[in-house]
Amino acid sequence: MAVDAEAQFHVLAVDDSLMDRKLIERLLKTSSSFQVTTVDSGSKALQVLGLKEEHQTSTSALSPQHNEIEVNLVITDYCMPGMTGYDLLKKIKESSSLKDIPVVIMSSENVPSRINRCLEGGAEEFFLKPVQLSDMRRLGPHILKGKHKEQQQLHQEENSNNNNMSNKRKVMDEEILSESTRLRFSSSSLNLI
Amino acid sequence: MALASHRHISSCLCSIHSSLCYSTRPEMERSSLQRQLANLKKSLFDQGNLDEQFDQLEELQDDASPNFVEEVVTLFFRDSSRLVANIEQAIEKSPRDYGSLDALVHQLKDSASSIGAAKMMKECTVFREYCDKRNLEGCLRSFQKVKKEHSTLRLKLENYFQLLRQVGPAEKATRSGN
Repeated sequence: MAVDAEAQFHVLAVDDSLMDRKLIERLLKTSSSFQVTTVDSGSKALQVLGLKEEHQTSTSALSPQHNEIEVNLVITDYCMPGMTGYDLLKKIKESSSLKDIPVVIMSSENVPSRINRCLEGGAEEFFLKPVQLSDMRRLGPHILKGKHKEQQQLHQEENSNNNNMSNKRKVMDEEILSESTRLRFSSSSLNLI
Repeated sequence: MALASHRHISSCLCSIHSSLCYSTRPEMERSSLQRQLANLKKSLFDQGNLDEQFDQLEELQDDASPNFVEEVVTLFFRDSSRLVANIEQAIEKSPRDYGSLDALVHQLKDSASSIGAAKMMKECTVFREYCDKRNLEGCLRSFQKVKKEHSTLRLKLENYFQLLRQVGPAEKATRSGN
């Protein structure tokens, strides 16, 4: 699948498991021409985002450094040693420079109180693992919320025709798959579109 | 082995060997391998070793990432082997820490769910229930089942990927045409 050289959407995926990083990266790249960076910890994620982690509780302690990489969405595992996905979420939302970046949380456990806590903490979506191709569709609206909104809409129109043939089968399969996967998460379907 | 047996393929290993020994026409050999592949896959699903999550992985494989499924499965067995070894240690430790044991089994189950290793997931669930009740005998029994399924799955998947390699990259196109 040819990668659009002008692809603007950059997703930062955070997971301590190599297997899960590989999976989420493939899901992201398959569903859309996202640029993907994967890291194995919350602290590395903050480094990539250009924040230096200070060991203080005050939000003013987080000072933005030179932001090397533009990230349009962060998708993170919840259960990680050290900094959890929730901790990472809070740090992002408490940073003046990063708070507008949409954050999605993944977890293998369907715990309603955990889900609510994350959503209330500012997460856009909560994905149950194993994450499916159909879940990737829920990311679209949140990416568009970010910067370069108009450029992204233009690219979508241009690319939809180019990618149509190669993605056709995948889109069709997505439709079929989404029927079965919806049932898994139907009790707390948190589609915030 | 007679040529006629070529057509009545079971998923036993000797049939793979026999097909390699034959200098039949390439198409016939390929279609025989494809049948073996299909049978093995069917067996994996019918026996409950794998579920539709494995199909999801295959959906994610394409020209850009042609060995994706095998790579993920390899990573799974790397993680799961380590976890099984850790569980082995934890279960033999005295005094037993059922909390840590449960955490390890939980990780194993999560790992298994990523590739759709359904039977392993089920055995892990039972194992966790015994951990919860601090039932050592139950834990030991279910751990045996987990290890057994782990070996079975590994063997079957090794065969699967070996067949896939033999059939070659055209396999994907042919399968979708069937």
